[in-house]
Amino acid sequence: MKEMEMRQVYAQTILELSRKDQRVVALEADLSSSMSTNQLKEEMKDRYINVGIMEAEQVGAAAGLAVTGFIPFIHTFAPFASRRVFDQVFISLGYAQKHAIIVGSDAGVTAEMNGGTHMPFEDVALMRAIPKNHVYDVSDPYEFKAVLEHCYQAPGLHYIRTIRKQATSLYDAQTNFSEGVITVREGTDTTIFATGIMVAEALAAAEILEEQGISVKVIDAFRVKPLNAAAVVQAAKMGPIVTAENHNVIGGLGSAVAEITAEQYPTKLARIGVKEQFGQVGKADYLMEVYQLTCQDIVDAVKRVLN
Amino acid sequence: MDLQHFAKQIRYYTLKELNHLGFGHYGGSLSLVETLAVLYGAEMNASPAKRTDPDRDYFVLSKGHAGPALYATLFLKGYFDEDFLYSLNQNGTNLPSHPDCNKTPGVDMTTGSLGQGISAATGIAKGNKILGKSNYTFAVVGDGELNEGQCWEAFQFAAHHQLDHLVVLIDDNKKQLDGYTSEISEPFDFVEKMTAFGFNSWRIPGNDIEAIQAAIQKAKSLSGKPVAIVLDTIKGYGVPYVAEMKDNHHIRPNAQGVQALKDAVTTLGHELGLGGNE
Repeated sequence: MKEMEMRQVYAQTILELSRKDQRVVALEADLSSSMSTNQLKEEMKDRYINVGIMEAEQVGAAAGLAVTGFIPFIHTFAPFASRRVFDQVFISLGYAQKHAIIVGSDAGVTAEMNGGTHMPFEDVALMRAIPKNHVYDVSDPYEFKAVLEHCYQAPGLHYIRTIRKQATSLYDAQTNFSEGVITVREGTDTTIFATGIMVAEALAAAEILEEQGISVKVIDAFRVKPLNAAAVVQAAKMGPIVTAENHNVIGGLGSAVAEITAEQYPTKLARIGVKEQFGQVGKADYLMEVYQLTCQDIVDAVKRVLN
Repeated sequence: MDLQHFAKQIRYYTLKELNHLGFGHYGGSLSLVETLAVLYGAEMNASPAKRTDPDRDYFVLSKGHAGPALYATLFLKGYFDEDFLYSLNQNGTNLPSHPDCNKTPGVDMTTGSLGQGISAATGIAKGNKILGKSNYTFAVVGDGELNEGQCWEAFQFAAHHQLDHLVVLIDDNKKQLDGYTSEISEPFDFVEKMTAFGFNSWRIPGNDIEAIQAAIQKAKSLSGKPVAIVLDTIKGYGVPYVAEMKDNHHIRPNAQGVQALKDAVTTLGHELGLGGNE
């Protein structure tokens, strides 16, 4: 499965869940071909619903389906699954306390050629602001599958952001995802909390820093809300912290970590993320340079906080 | 059930509930009383005993600001007691301005952010259709609410999925918060629009109980398409002081208004043989 694109992970997991539970429904808004979920229609039949280009209705209909006992999985591109339908998600799913799973694809710079209109740097911030919402930014196929299965079982509202294509392989079927954080590398001088594609960048940064005599712990904090506060405090007790996210530094992982350290164990902290900029077209690697999301940017940040 | 009597009771208790608070959404609550009387008094399979019965009919008040009229109806049906009714908008209440499915017994879906309830109603109707059920979903939208683009997304969905057990009731009381709908955003002809959107649609006198009941029975006899009944109503119907007021969406009455609203309760109470004191 580690070779599987994230969209295939999504489609396969929904299919597996729908086979064992008739309550599972999948809703698309004319992006099923992009997410490989068009293959679900044949087997799921009327429990696969492509509403067309109507995201507000997609969320509203999902809420109604939840009223009649279904468990809706809602997918569209992350900007449309978040900022476009914020009030629908907030009221009809969040405030109305429905069990629903929203999957926003093409996280941050991975929207690439779709550019600024389609490039979400604020979805995690928006989703974190909804009371009792759970927010995930996944990095690996096994992690994505585990999160989807958890969200299916756990009542309430869940938002998962992911890339669509091949993710870095970090885990296997035995990995325990229950704590919401995974230590992917041990270290003693400082800790990097990263999410999504930035976990791989953080690991690359840790390699570079090791050669320079700096020992870095790397944590994949895929469950951004509720963030594992104990893991953050433990890191703060060890030393300075760097956060790395493919997202605006306002309201995302960096904010979440800062909120915990500021109140519970103040420490030096640097946030790698998009700063006061909109998206634009470009290849992901180019955009990561533009927005200063590369492993070298993380290396520089670690050195800053250690000085 | 005598639906004329039931409607009078709903109007009486809607006024008492709002008067107890002293202000609120009188106009859009009163225009809907006859419709609620027909639905809960005769045509809808819903009762406190069936609150969680998946085979019951569902009701979504998409124009959530008419909550006070729905609450009076639910009280009369026995979903909660009279004291609960007068807790409307009190601190810590389970009876908020806009319906909340997690707080108020008998409310099937949380509404109030306009345009969202009708979407949820299409999801409920679709869900019941997937389950092979023959129960109905009734949804009330306001004419002003139809400004919201989401309503028209919901109608496209309902028609495409041939949700013929969805009955949309459009409370065409001609006014929205800031004035006449025709002056704020011309609605044109709702029947023509709904027909073009793939509904069976027609217009009826919306404060006429017999006409409403006949229309809902006709809706149940049709198949293949969802139904939209356009209710030609008067905002504030049944209470002259409210109906004749220009801006009657949300009323915070002056001393004269307070007396007029009290008098309206007294009059209705006498007609019902209830006394009508506050």
